[in-house]
Amino acid sequence: MTLLEDPTGPQGPLRAATWTGRLRDRATKSFPPEQLLPDRQPIYVASWIYVFGVATIAAFLVVLATGTLLAVQGPQWWHRSGTGHYVNSLHLWSVELFMAFMVIHLWGKFWMAAWRGKRAMTWVTGAVCFFGSIGTAFTGYLVQSNFDSQFISTQAKDGLNSVGIGSRFNVMDFGQMLMWHIFLLPLIVGAVVLVHVLQVRRRGVVPPFLVHPIDLPAAPDRARP
Amino acid sequence: MMPLQLLATSPVNLNHRGHYLHWGVIQISVANLVVISLMLLLFAAALLLPFPKGRASR
Repeated sequence: MTLLEDPTGPQGPLRAATWTGRLRDRATKSFPPEQLLPDRQPIYVASWIYVFGVATIAAFLVVLATGTLLAVQGPQWWHRSGTGHYVNSLHLWSVELFMAFMVIHLWGKFWMAAWRGKRAMTWVTGAVCFFGSIGTAFTGYLVQSNFDSQFISTQAKDGLNSVGIGSRFNVMDFGQMLMWHIFLLPLIVGAVVLVHVLQVRRRGVVPPFLVHPIDLPAAPDRARP
Repeated sequence: MMPLQLLATSPVNLNHRGHYLHWGVIQISVANLVVISLMLLLFAAALLLPFPKGRASR
């Protein structure tokens, strides 16, 4: 590897000349191994409210696994066989849990103002995950391949046409909606979830609000006359 | 009915129109109200219930 500076010289730490080297240096600086996969957390993390983030990710993994099974087996299987019905229901209920856990996680983070301490991108990527998940769930309604999906698509098209995007995003085009639901949107949501988790690892879990010392009664040994 | 069929049958009869509550301009299905209420209960429980202590740190 080519180095711009002599590592032993007085110019400071070495800097890689290639983009791969610079990327590696930046990644290891931003995400040291003990920070990327920590085995200890601050004491304030010992609360049930912090469980809902990882519960959301667990539900998301079940959504992806059951969705993959449905994609492999096809609509005849999920409409006609008992196992297909079961996996179809697992897909539905894991989405229900995913959305419920995500919203409780959102409530918790909102009330603790989790964007404090340079955590704005953590908050923003979480919000993008939320809205992306809603879009993914809605396109799921459209690809059930039953009368329900036909009814929903005819209702949705009016709303989308009224805002002028119906020609680009045609909810009555089954093929287009299937591609959005099983490829594009999961890819986007999955990538943003990854960035969200990396942001949490980089900045850490937001600490609770501190009570300002001025609000506290003065301790007897520190009280001034 | 076979035991397996009984197991597969939903404990709640879903083969009817949904029940809706009306309050002025607000309209919500009972099913959605139940889900939202459960989420609020879960949120309150997460804040109030003590978290089990983990292993002692080294």
